[in-house]
Amino acid sequence: MAFLSYLINGLSLGSVYAIIALGYTMVYGIAKMLNFAHGDIMMVGAYVAFFALTSFGIPVIPSVLLSMLATTVLGVVIERLAYKPLRHATSLSVLITAIGVSYFLQNGAQLLWSSSTKVFPAIISNGSVKLFGGELQISYLTLVTIVVCIAVMVCLTLFINKTKTGMAMRACSEDKGAATLMGINVNMIISITFAIGSGIAAIAAVLLCATYPTLSPTLGSMPGIKAFTAAVFGGIGSIPGAFLGGLMLGVIEILAKAYVSTQLSDAIVFAVLIIVLLIKPTGLLGRKLSEKV
Amino acid sequence: MLKVENLVVKYGMIEAIKGISFEVNDGEIVTLIGANGAGKTTTMHAISGLVKPVSGSIQLDGVELTKVQPHKILSMGLAQVPEGRRVFAQETVEENLTLGAFFRKDKDKIRTDMDFVYDLFPRLKERSSQLAGTLSGGEQQMLAMGRALMADPRIMLLDEPSMGLSPLLVSEIFSIIEEINKKGTTVLLVEQNAKRALAIADHAYVLETGNITLHGTGQELSQDERVQKAYLGG
Ligand SMILES: Nc1ncnc2c1ncn2[C@@H]1O[C@H](COP(=O)(O)OP(=O)(O)OP(=O)(O)O)[C@@H](O)[C@H]1O
Ligand SMILES: [Mg+2]
Repeated sequence: MAFLSYLINGLSLGSVYAIIALGYTMVYGIAKMLNFAHGDIMMVGAYVAFFALTSFGIPVIPSVLLSMLATTVLGVVIERLAYKPLRHATSLSVLITAIGVSYFLQNGAQLLWSSSTKVFPAIISNGSVKLFGGELQISYLTLVTIVVCIAVMVCLTLFINKTKTGMAMRACSEDKGAATLMGINVNMIISITFAIGSGIAAIAAVLLCATYPTLSPTLGSMPGIKAFTAAVFGGIGSIPGAFLGGLMLGVIEILAKAYVSTQLSDAIVFAVLIIVLLIKPTGLLGRKLSEKV
Repeated sequence: MLKVENLVVKYGMIEAIKGISFEVNDGEIVTLIGANGAGKTTTMHAISGLVKPVSGSIQLDGVELTKVQPHKILSMGLAQVPEGRRVFAQETVEENLTLGAFFRKDKDKIRTDMDFVYDLFPRLKERSSQLAGTLSGGEQQMLAMGRALMADPRIMLLDEPSMGLSPLLVSEIFSIIEEINKKGTTVLLVEQNAKRALAIADHAYVLETGNITLHGTGQELSQDERVQKAYLGG
């Protein structure tokens, strides 16, 4: 029963990674760049939600929406100001710029909100669902996290497969020149991609802070790296890959913590990543090109 | 009418197009022939806005295309079938055709245009739900042409549509180009297969390393000694 409980906690943590990884992978699939500032955009989302909840006393759902609005705008502005001028530059310059943006956001957060940690308020009631006569307890928070992640994944898949904008995104991910010849505004599609990826990062931020309620300006770094790993693990550019990669990473991390060692858990996560990439260099679902954005 | 004047295109320091001028009148088939690296594709890309010229003008019915955003050029009635087809490999045949009509809002007319494309290329109809990447080269060429037709263009640019096709299929593609033209679409055709291109062209231009060196009617050029020697293997 303990195993099952670890598994569910792993899925919950993995859900947070998955939502961040979806943003990473979408941006990679369409803009063909690694937005290393993605985790820090999430961090800004966490602070916006924190102030909305505490300083302004706004209820949970509107706070989350406000936070999403903030990260959406932030993502689009970053793309316009920092990445768009580099559309034809080498990928190394783009990567260095992204790392620069990441530091900019962290330092900006330090300046605005100071580096001392803040405690995120509880947003979901403390209860839990009891199964097997109370042997297995799943907290509401865990359930909500997993359900929200699945909902995000379903909405995103429907959006990409069923809408006209989604079709344009698929076309851009394959061939931007040909997409332009189809009358598709590629710059607009890239903006929309950043908007969606950054917007859902705010959801991840709130779920993460609900589980680990300590806010600091570097809050986005580690989950950002983990989510990036998850995206590569699942096959960068693949939406189902990011989802699967995120969940698996969360489960591996929690199981490693429980059964091997807390200190070594991150090392084990990365070891698994390396093994997967050695066997399948494109990641778990990376070869299924039809599912790429 | 499409009118190109003193067009100059550079890639970094390299001048790929060195100030060319030519015209494509409504209803005509005009061909641009030239050896590898002459600058044919560059010219086509400049017209569709995929590369930005250094100087010169490209006018479609008096509108300066170099000042129009690239994605808006299609809705002005100018479609391109690019070199190497560039179909969306991971989309189905039908989705590729739908993408060709992306900017359009007239749903009923889109449906009839799709039927027209399927009539023109019955093989595409049989394969409508197949992924474009799994089509043969010839079928991909048909799809690329069908996709451009889905924009219901007034003028169509074709960049080496016969590349890599069997002689039989080349004939089919050329007769379809003539058919499209007879239906009222102006055609600008880039070809290595100079013989066939000159045979259907009203006007022709020879491009050599970024300069237009000869022009005339299709017939004149096919009888020109220099053209025969350089491009017609005789
Ligand atoms: N993206 C690019 N960067 C740098 N140089 C380029 C680029 N594209 C084309 N060129 C150069 O510009 C010149 C013209 O190329 P272009 O593709 O227009 O020739 P082409 O006439 O279409 O040839 P082909 O018949 O082989 O298709 C060539 O010398 C080519 O090397
Ligand atoms: Mg060419």
